[in-house]
Amino acid sequence: MRRAALCFGLAFLWLPVLLLVGYAFSAARLPFTWGGFSLRWFGALLANERLVEATLLSLRVATGAASLAVLLGGGIGWVLARHGRFRGRALFGALAAAPLVLPEVVTGLSLLLLAVAVQTLTEGWPQRGAGTVLIAHALLAGSYVAVLVQARLASLDPALEEAARDLGATPAAVFRTITLPLVAPALAAGWLLGFTLSLDDVVVASFVSGPAGTTLPIAVFSMLRLGLTPEVNALAALLLLTAAICMGGAAILLRPRVVAPKAEG
Amino acid sequence: MIGRALLWLVLTFGVATPLALVAAIALGEAAEGIPPVRFPWNGGAATDSLVLIATDPFYVGALLSSLEVAALTAAACVALAFPMALGIVRARPGPRIWLLAAVMLPFWTGFLPRMGAWIGLFRDSGWINGVLVEFGLPAQQMLYTDAAMLVGMVHAYLPFAVLPLFGVLLRLDPRLEEAAADLGAGPVARLVTVVLPQAAPGIAAAFLLVFIPAAGEYVIPELLGPPSATLVGRVVVQEFFQNRDWPVAAALSLGLLVVLLPPLWLYQRLGTQG
Repeated sequence: MRRAALCFGLAFLWLPVLLLVGYAFSAARLPFTWGGFSLRWFGALLANERLVEATLLSLRVATGAASLAVLLGGGIGWVLARHGRFRGRALFGALAAAPLVLPEVVTGLSLLLLAVAVQTLTEGWPQRGAGTVLIAHALLAGSYVAVLVQARLASLDPALEEAARDLGATPAAVFRTITLPLVAPALAAGWLLGFTLSLDDVVVASFVSGPAGTTLPIAVFSMLRLGLTPEVNALAALLLLTAAICMGGAAILLRPRVVAPKAEG
Repeated sequence: MIGRALLWLVLTFGVATPLALVAAIALGEAAEGIPPVRFPWNGGAATDSLVLIATDPFYVGALLSSLEVAALTAAACVALAFPMALGIVRARPGPRIWLLAAVMLPFWTGFLPRMGAWIGLFRDSGWINGVLVEFGLPAQQMLYTDAAMLVGMVHAYLPFAVLPLFGVLLRLDPRLEEAAADLGAGPVARLVTVVLPQAAPGIAAAFLLVFIPAAGEYVIPELLGPPSATLVGRVVVQEFFQNRDWPVAAALSLGLLVVLLPPLWLYQRLGTQG
C-alpha cells in the first residue's frame, strides 16, 4: 500500500519531467509530438536572443542576490543565535521570518510599493529593472539563509570555541579559524538555495522589474501563456541536467553524514 | 552592535516599511497620477477599498475560493505524502537517501518548465489526448479546468508535505509499533492507534506548509486554471496592473494576510512544541 503510494507519488512527480526532457529531443514543431530524434530545439534555444539574454541576466541577478543574501542572512542568523535576549528580539525575529511566510503576491506588491516610494522621494532613482529584482531576491533569500545559519550556530558545540579561546586565540581568530569553517556548510547551502530561488521566481520579479528587467522566469512565463514552444522543453532539459549534477554531487558529499545518525530518538 | 543596528535598518527598510506601505495604500482611493492613489489627508476616501473587499461578493468570493483551493491542495498533498513518507522511512538507509532525492529533485528543476510539461500533457492536442484518441476514446478538454489547476498545485507543493512528514515519521520509535504488534494489533490498527496519533503534529505542519503558500498562488491558476478561477493572487495582480486600482490590490493583500493569520499562528505553535 505505502509502496504503491510511493511509486504513484514518484511517478506523479517525475512523469511530466521525463516526458518534457524526452520530447525536447523530438524534431516535431508541435511540443509533445514525436517527430524523430533531433537537437534542433537546443539550437533554436541558443538562437533565441531574447531567451539567451534573459538567461544571462537571470544568472547575474541570481549570483548577486545569493551572495548578498548570504551576507544579510548570515548576519541575521548570527544575531538571532548569539546576541541573547536583546531588546526587540521578538520583533527582529518576526521581521526576519516574515518573507518566509508572506504570500508571494504580497511580498511582490509590498516591495514594488517600496521601490515606487523611494523613486518618488528621490525623483526617479532607482529605475525598476534587474537591480530592484536583485535586491528583492536578496531580501527574500536572506530570510532562508538566516534560518539555516541560526540552526547551524545553535547546533555547534560551544566547547570548540572555548578551547580556542583558552589556547589564547583572539575573538577574530576564533571566528576565522573555528566558527566560520563550521558555519560554512550552512552558508554554502544558503547560497545555493538563494540562487535557485532567484532563478525560479516569477511573481516577485514580475512586480519589481520594469521593462529592462526581463529575467528568465518572466520570459518563460510569457512564452507559456502564449502557448508552449518546444524551446521551453529544451530549456527544461538543460535545467534538469544541471540540477541532477548538483544534487548528485551533494548527495555523494553528504552521504556518510546522512546515513550516520541512528541512535536518535 | 553596529552590525545589529545595520541589520535593524535593513529589516525596517526592506520588510516593515513595504508592509506599512501596503497598509497605507489600502487606505487611499484610486486616482489619476503617479502613484495612482489619493490619500485621506488629500481628500481621498479612507476606508472604501477595505469595505469593498470585505463586502463585495467578487472579492469575498476570491478570498473564499482561494482558501478552498488551498485546503483541497493541502489535503491532497498530505494524503499522498503520508504513505510516501512512510515508504521512504521504512526503506533501508541506502535507498532512503535516493528516494528522498527523487522527491526533491523535480523541485530543483524549475517550477515553470514543470508547469509547461503539464500544459503539454493537458492541452487539446497534447499527450493525454493523444493516448485517449489512440485507444478510440473521445478527446477531452482538460487544460484551463479546475482539475488541471489542482493537479498542477499538488504537483508543485507535494515535496513541501513530504519533508515534514518524513522528519516526524523518522523519529518514531519502532518499538512502540512492535509492542502493538506483539499485543495482536494488525497493520491497520497499528497505523490508526500508534503511527497516526504520534504523527499528528507532522501531519498538521505538512498541511499548513502547503496551505499557507497555496492560498496566495498566482502562477498555477494563471497557466492551468480556467479564467473563472478568480483566486486572490490573480485578482491582486489584475487590480494592480490591469485596472491600476492600487488601493483595492493593497486592501486585498491585507485581507489575504488577515485570513492567513490563524493558520500561521497554528504553524508557529506546532513549531515551538516540536
